[in-house]
Amino acid sequence: MIRLIDVHKEYDNGTKALKGINLRIEDGEFVFLVGPSGSGKSTIIKLLTGEIVASQGRVIVNGYNLNNIRRWQIPHMRRTLGIIFQDFRLIEKKTVQGNLEFAMRTVGASGREMRKRIPYVLDLVGLNDKADAYPNEMSGGEQQRVAIARALVNNPRMIIADEPTGNLDPKRSLEIMTLLERINAMGTTMLVVTHERDLVNRFSKRVVAIKDGEMIRDGQGGYYRA
Amino acid sequence: MRRLNIGYFIKEGFSSIFSHGLMSFAAVCMIVACLIIMGSFSLLAVNVDNMLSQLEEENEFLAFVDEDYTDDQIRALMDQVRALDNVGSDPGSVTFVSREQAKRDYLKGHESDGLYANIPDEVFRDRLSIHVKDLERFTETVDAVDGLPGVVNHRAAGEVAEGFVAVRNAVTALAYVLIGILAAVSLFIISNTTRLAAFARREEIAIMKMCGATDGFVRWPFIVEGLILGVMGALVAFFLQWAVYAAVSRALVEGGAADLFGLMNFSDLWKRVLAVFMLSGSVIGALGSSFAIRKFLQV
Repeated sequence: MIRLIDVHKEYDNGTKALKGINLRIEDGEFVFLVGPSGSGKSTIIKLLTGEIVASQGRVIVNGYNLNNIRRWQIPHMRRTLGIIFQDFRLIEKKTVQGNLEFAMRTVGASGREMRKRIPYVLDLVGLNDKADAYPNEMSGGEQQRVAIARALVNNPRMIIADEPTGNLDPKRSLEIMTLLERINAMGTTMLVVTHERDLVNRFSKRVVAIKDGEMIRDGQGGYYRA
Repeated sequence: MRRLNIGYFIKEGFSSIFSHGLMSFAAVCMIVACLIIMGSFSLLAVNVDNMLSQLEEENEFLAFVDEDYTDDQIRALMDQVRALDNVGSDPGSVTFVSREQAKRDYLKGHESDGLYANIPDEVFRDRLSIHVKDLERFTETVDAVDGLPGVVNHRAAGEVAEGFVAVRNAVTALAYVLIGILAAVSLFIISNTTRLAAFARREEIAIMKMCGATDGFVRWPFIVEGLILGVMGALVAFFLQWAVYAAVSRALVEGGAADLFGLMNFSDLWKRVLAVFMLSGSVIGALGSSFAIRKFLQV
């Protein structure tokens, strides 16, 4: 569950990135976060992942109050999240299996847990025959599936996807979004930041639109057309 | 820390060393150089200190006693000298030598020389042979004895004793300064090596942090890397130091200077040298890595 209560963020250089954002996302929801470049989407993601702190207001993520979270608690908060990036951010020198093991090892998973969980997640994203492949041997869509698998492998309560289809063609984008919808249907909360109007329109989900640091729309279905 | 993680940290630490081998090699070389310079000065200080200790054991000066003093007065004077804290109450610390005994001792070295055969006893004087504990307070002690009633003169090689003390203090101070400077240089080099490794892996670190890795989990492989480099440097430095010490020792013997400045046996020192090198290498390695990685943990 995410709660942003009257959140403001002003960077050191004086830029006011967020101006009084209020947002509540319940467990199990699928939410698109849309808006033009510079609207404050990335700032919201950074606030939710604990990379930065709000200048004013409260930020609560999966029960962690990020306003007064202690440094040692941040890793534990992040373990409740799975994060997907536009540029995949896979480790090139590791195989698909290696990338997933890497993610699991960081949270202290045992070898037995890895052997059990990784095939299941690869199967879920449709890559069970690619465990030994290296990222540079795969297409963009496949690499993003690996990134999704990595986000899922530690069984997070919520996935935050930052422009997950930004580097993909329309067909692959649709596949990825369908996959995310399927994962959401299994109970994982989904927050997807995107520019892709067609995709947003195609999936009838809750859409939160922000512009110039302010929320200008929060409703079901359809894309903001300002 | 879980067992699984310890194995992982060690594996990652080793693989990181080889992934930027040249920089690792440079770091080990720097540690070796620093430890050898540091070790050489420390060994010099240890040897000077050892010589000084031997000198202190043998060190004595003579206080000449008033010729009119009776045996009882001389005994009382000896007690007064023993009461000085740099002399001590040990009976051997103050010995009375009569003029006859002094003459006999003197003539021991000149038996074949007829010139000295007829020297009258009166040329020599009754004296106290006094051993001091601490050479640094040699002059002070001589002055104190000199001020006692019944002591008319003294003979003491104060300059030599104090010269040794000065040399020891200078070498020790230099060793400390060098240890400080070289430790800082080593820290800097190790720190840069680790920073390079961390920079090459910054993406991985960012991914780890986003996946929920703790600072410790990210930091430990780098600390292990620093430790391995430090220990490797320490071992290489130890064997090189051994070789250098043996060569200097041999050169002193062959050059005939061993009597003047004989080095202690390395077999008496190697455990201490190895322990100090290993400890210094490990601490420098681990600390240098810890400093370097801090910046990359701010994700």
